[in-house]
Amino acid sequence: MSEDNEVALLEIRNLHVSVDERLILKGLNLTVNKGEVHAIMGPNGSGKSTLAHVLAGKSHYAVTAGGVTFEGEDLLGLKPNERAAKGLFLAFQYPLEIPGVATMNFLRTALNAQRKTRGEAELTTPDFLKRVRGEAAKLNIDQDMLRRSVNVGFSGGEKKRNEILQMALLEPKLAVLDETDSGLDIDALKVVADGVNHLRSPERGMIVITHYQRLLDHIVPDIVHVLSRGRIVRTGGKELARELEAEGYSAYQEEAA
Amino acid sequence: MPPPARNCRASPRGATRPSGASPRAACAHLAALGARRLVVVDGHFDLALSDLDALEAGLSIGSLARALADGERNVLARVGAQTGADGDPAYALNTAFMRDGVVITLADGAIVERPIHLAFVHAASSPRAVFARSLITIGAGAKVMIVESHEGAPASDYQVNNATDFAVGARAEVAHLKLTGEAANALHVATQVATIGAQARYSSFTFNVGGALVRNQMFVRCAGEGSTVDLGGVSLLRQRQHADNTLVLDHAFGGCVSREMFKVVLADSSRGVFQGKIIVRPHAQKTDARMMSQALLLSPDAEADNKPELEIFADDVQCGHGATAGAIDADLKFYLMARGIPEAQAEALLIQAFAGEAVETIAHAGLREIVMDAVIAWLKAR
Repeated sequence: MSEDNEVALLEIRNLHVSVDERLILKGLNLTVNKGEVHAIMGPNGSGKSTLAHVLAGKSHYAVTAGGVTFEGEDLLGLKPNERAAKGLFLAFQYPLEIPGVATMNFLRTALNAQRKTRGEAELTTPDFLKRVRGEAAKLNIDQDMLRRSVNVGFSGGEKKRNEILQMALLEPKLAVLDETDSGLDIDALKVVADGVNHLRSPERGMIVITHYQRLLDHIVPDIVHVLSRGRIVRTGGKELARELEAEGYSAYQEEAA
Repeated sequence: MPPPARNCRASPRGATRPSGASPRAACAHLAALGARRLVVVDGHFDLALSDLDALEAGLSIGSLARALADGERNVLARVGAQTGADGDPAYALNTAFMRDGVVITLADGAIVERPIHLAFVHAASSPRAVFARSLITIGAGAKVMIVESHEGAPASDYQVNNATDFAVGARAEVAHLKLTGEAANALHVATQVATIGAQARYSSFTFNVGGALVRNQMFVRCAGEGSTVDLGGVSLLRQRQHADNTLVLDHAFGGCVSREMFKVVLADSSRGVFQGKIIVRPHAQKTDARMMSQALLLSPDAEADNKPELEIFADDVQCGHGATAGAIDADLKFYLMARGIPEAQAEALLIQAFAGEAVETIAHAGLREIVMDAVIAWLKAR
């Protein structure tokens, strides 16, 4: 897919992953270049969330074969925080609640930790506040939400907007959005999609993982992949998403069986 | 404007350095809050080191040794009175051996804005046992903040058996904070007895980082209707430290509200004990009591023992208790790390949040900050 000799942002080769000794990903291949938005669609249990978590570095997932490079460097040997500092971001399907940790403190700690890992200076308080307030306003996140504990008492939509706020502040090179549409009504979906579209850039890659086509009306992908039974079984343009919506996943499930 | 607080150097015999995270920093904090500092060295109230200038109207401060020598009837009556701690061996031992301590009396309606800081310092270079008893009498409608700190010379071996008795009058407001940062080898047993009058507000928070073995026991009695009692505590333990918070809360009268929240963080092979008993007497209707104790274990060798007990003899009450013990949540840690926060910092943030929930129950912002800073200092040294 790469048109020049530039190193791919993300290169996944023959990835095999098992959870509790059950093989979930069975030889997955995927290349994402800068500026590309890839959608990964697939039925429940096809391995979509496993892929997201393995990329972010969650323990409990065992890579039994294959590998992943990020800008040409081995990704799988890095800790989750090191991956984040390199520019990988996972927007969680179910953002966690952290009682006792104020959202503002969390954002600041995360941003400065990444800057420190990269050998950059920490942001001053006024600079940080200015940036947070600017990004929060774009996502309709009010100051009160920023003062509250991370995601505690947030609605589903607020949690997802908080994920996008983190993404906007952390400015990743590659964002993986895991079922970002789940639990959102159409208005909330639009706010989130606008936030994501705002972050599209020739320097940034994205992987949008979703079960439904609806999200892809708002975040229009360059390339669509179908994941079934742990492998990418079909790749096409954005029209593939509509086809899936019309015909369902059954054809692929049989094909992969 | 309160007069400037005195230097925080406590001991005339030199060489007292705080062992744990708290007392020295807390001392500076308290000075900044304008606290009146009273110093008890090896169990003796040291008037010369204490700030007894310009006592507020209605406040009197004296030594227990002098009061006992003079046969002061009020003091003798208090020492001999029945309390909820009767029959407790540690308290009985204190009664047998105590010779000195601080006697604080607030007249009815006295409002004392400056916190009173009781600094218990153990400076002896030779091993010893120290028994002190302090009597604090708060008149009806009076208001005061009392902070106790306990510290000792780092390499010294000593044992402390301390008792602080509060008699809180009707409608009075008392906020009490106890900071325990004893030397690493020290054994510390502290008994707090409190009798709470009608419609009074009494809060007591115990922060614990020091000592080899610490037991904080609290015997609190609601002795009039409509009082509010808030008890809380945080213990941060490492290595082979053992800390025990044991409380008996006696709802002897109805219509009182009590809240207890105790947290312990256990590293290495430390051990934390919580025993909380709430008694609701037969006529104490409309009692509202809730108790929570939680342990966070950072090591497979740590141990937490939780024993909540409710003895309810009235039928129109709301009482509840909860107890939990667990490790740091791996999913929460992953979420923080996925945002770029290194593992140790992610753990520290989660531990701080765990302890913070209890610290938040301290109403006074200045005292809350003292404890939160001590929590952060402990985490940094971890």
